[in-house]
Amino acid sequence: MNLRVLLIAVLSIILVPAVLVAYSWIAEKFVGVTIRGAQTREQVRSYFWIAPAFLLLAVFLVYPVISTIITSLLGPQGHKFVAFGNYGYIFSNPDMLIVLRNNLLWLVVFTFLTTAIGLAMAVLADRVRYENVVKAILFLPMAISYVAAGVIWKFMYQFQPAGATQTGTLNALIVSIFPGFQPQAWLINSPGNTFALIAVGVWIWAGFCMVIISASLKGIPKDVLDSARIDGATEMQLFWRITVPLISSTLTVVVTTMIINVLKIFDIVYVMTSGNYNTDVIANSMYKQMFIFQDYGRAAATAVILFLAVIPVVVVNIRKFVTPS
Amino acid sequence: MSSTSALLDHAEPKKKKPSSAMAGERRGISGFLGKLPLNLVLVVFCVIWLVPTVGLLVSSFRPATAISNSGWWRAFTPPLGFTLDNYIHVITQQNMGTAFLNSIAIAVPATIMPILIAAFAGYTLAWLNFPGKTGVFLVVVGLLVVPIQMTLIPVLRLFNYFKLTGTYPGVWLAHTAYGMPFAVYLLRNYIGDLPRSLFEVARIDGADNFTIFYRLIIPLSVPAIASLSIFQFMWAWNDLLVALIYLGGFPNVAPLTVAISGLVNSYGQGWQYLTAAAFVSMALPFAVFFSMQRYFVRGILAGSVKG
Repeated sequence: MNLRVLLIAVLSIILVPAVLVAYSWIAEKFVGVTIRGAQTREQVRSYFWIAPAFLLLAVFLVYPVISTIITSLLGPQGHKFVAFGNYGYIFSNPDMLIVLRNNLLWLVVFTFLTTAIGLAMAVLADRVRYENVVKAILFLPMAISYVAAGVIWKFMYQFQPAGATQTGTLNALIVSIFPGFQPQAWLINSPGNTFALIAVGVWIWAGFCMVIISASLKGIPKDVLDSARIDGATEMQLFWRITVPLISSTLTVVVTTMIINVLKIFDIVYVMTSGNYNTDVIANSMYKQMFIFQDYGRAAATAVILFLAVIPVVVVNIRKFVTPS
Repeated sequence: MSSTSALLDHAEPKKKKPSSAMAGERRGISGFLGKLPLNLVLVVFCVIWLVPTVGLLVSSFRPATAISNSGWWRAFTPPLGFTLDNYIHVITQQNMGTAFLNSIAIAVPATIMPILIAAFAGYTLAWLNFPGKTGVFLVVVGLLVVPIQMTLIPVLRLFNYFKLTGTYPGVWLAHTAYGMPFAVYLLRNYIGDLPRSLFEVARIDGADNFTIFYRLIIPLSVPAIASLSIFQFMWAWNDLLVALIYLGGFPNVAPLTVAISGLVNSYGQGWQYLTAAAFVSMALPFAVFFSMQRYFVRGILAGSVKG
C-alpha cells in the first residue's frame, strides 16, 4: 500500500468539509460585523451562501457550453473558422454515419428492452412471494461500475476457435446444446457485436426499471383489479387496459431516463471494444476525436449533437419533475 | 414541494401485500407448481442475471492455467484448486491497492463537497431573500440538461492552464460541479418543505444563520442527504469518463475504474488478474448496496434525471 496516497486520502476527507464549514462561519461573521440593516445583511449573506455553487456552475457548466459551441465551429486546433464544416463531416463521413446508426440502435433496442423487461418482471414478480429476492437480483448490477460490468461480460463473450474448449460461458452453453454450432466471436462480428454490447447495458439497467415500475404498480388499488376480474376480464386484458394506462406516467419517466442514459453511453463501448469492429457510439467517438485525433473542433461538434439530442427528452422529464402531479 | 417527497417516497420498501383473491397465494410446493410457467420465467431471468457475476467471482479464485483451459463451471469438479493468488497479485503488483485508495480519495470528497455546497445553496434558495432568486433556481434546473461531454474540452483547457490536470482537487471540483444542479434542486425542495415555524422559533431563541444551518437544517435533511450521498458516492466511485479525461495520463492518481480499463486493454487474455481486479472494485459498492439497499434505491431513483 502506498502510504503517501493513504495520508492524502485521510487528510482530504477531513480537510474538505472543514474548509467548507470554515467558509460558512467566516462568511457569517463577516456579514454580522460589517453590514448594517437587516435587509441588506440578508441579501449579502445570501450571496455568500450561494457563491460556491454559483461559481462551480458558472465555471464547469455555463462557460463550457458556450465555449464548446464556439469550438465546434472552429478547425482542429481552434484557430480557423470553419462554420458548420465539422457538422458536415459528422453527417457525411462513413465512419461517423456508422456511429450515428449505432446510437440509434442503442436508443431503440436498449430503451425497449430495459423498459419491457422491467415492466414484465415487475408485473410477474408482483404475483410471487419471493418478489424482493427477484428485485434484488435484477437490481444488483446497478451497484457495479460499467467498467466491471464490461470485464464480467467480456468473460461471458469469450471465444475460442471451433473444436477448442470454450471457456466463454455463452459459447460453451450454445455449443453444449447445439453441438454443430460454430462458436462466435461475439464482440468482433458486426453487426451482432453492437447487440452484444446492448445486452450488457440491458443487464445493468433493467433492474432499475423494474424497481421504479414496481413501486408504481403497488399504487394501483387492488379493488380496481379485483372488480375487473369479477367482471370476467382476462389477465392480459387487465394488463393492457388497466395496469399499463394507470402507470403510464411512470413508464414515461422510465423511458426518458433510459433514453438520456443511452445517448450518453460510453464506458461499455470504451472498455469492451474501444469502438472497434463498427461498434462505436457518439460519446466514445468524441473521446477519440479529443485524445487520439486531437481534433477539438470535431469533438466539440460531436458533443453539441449529443446535447441537442438530449435536450427535448430532458425537458419532458423535467416538466414531469417540476410540476407536482 | 410535494414532488420531492413523492420522489423520495417512491422507492420505500413496500408493506406486506394484503392477501387477495388472486390465484397463487397458496403456500408451498403445490402453489409453486400451480404457477409453474410464471415461476419458471422468473427463475430463468434471475439465473441469467446472476450467472455473469458468479462466473467471474468463481474465476477470480482459480489459477491462471485453469482459467485459460476450462470454463469456470468446471471449478467445482475435483480436484478443487482455488487460490487467492490473483487477489494478492493485483493488490501488491498491479497497483490496485493504490488505485483503491485513489478511488476513496476521489469519491469521498467528491461526495461531501457537492452535498454541503448544494445544501448552502438549497437553504439560501428556500429561506433567504435576495433579488433574482427565482431566476437563479431556474438556471440551476435548466443546467440539468447539460451532458458532461459538452464540458470536457473547455474544462480540460482550464485544468491544463491552472495545472489541475492529474490532481485530486481537479476531479473533486469536476464531480462537485456535475452533481450540483440535481443536488441543489433536490435539497432546495426538501429544505423548502420544512415548516416555517421551526425557523421562527430558532430566530426568536437568538440562533444565527450558522447555527440554524448546522443545528437545524442539516439534521432535518438527513433523509434527502443520505439518498444523495449514496447516489453521488456510487456515481463518483464508478465513474470512468471524468477520471479518464482529467486524470488519464497520471497512473499514480488513477482510480480503480481507470486502472482496470487499462488492464483490459493491456492483458487481452490474461484473465486471472482482471477477474480479481474487477471484484476489488466492486467490494465497496456491494457493501453499500447490501447494507443500505433502501437508501441506495432512493438515491439511484433520485439521480435518474441527472444530466
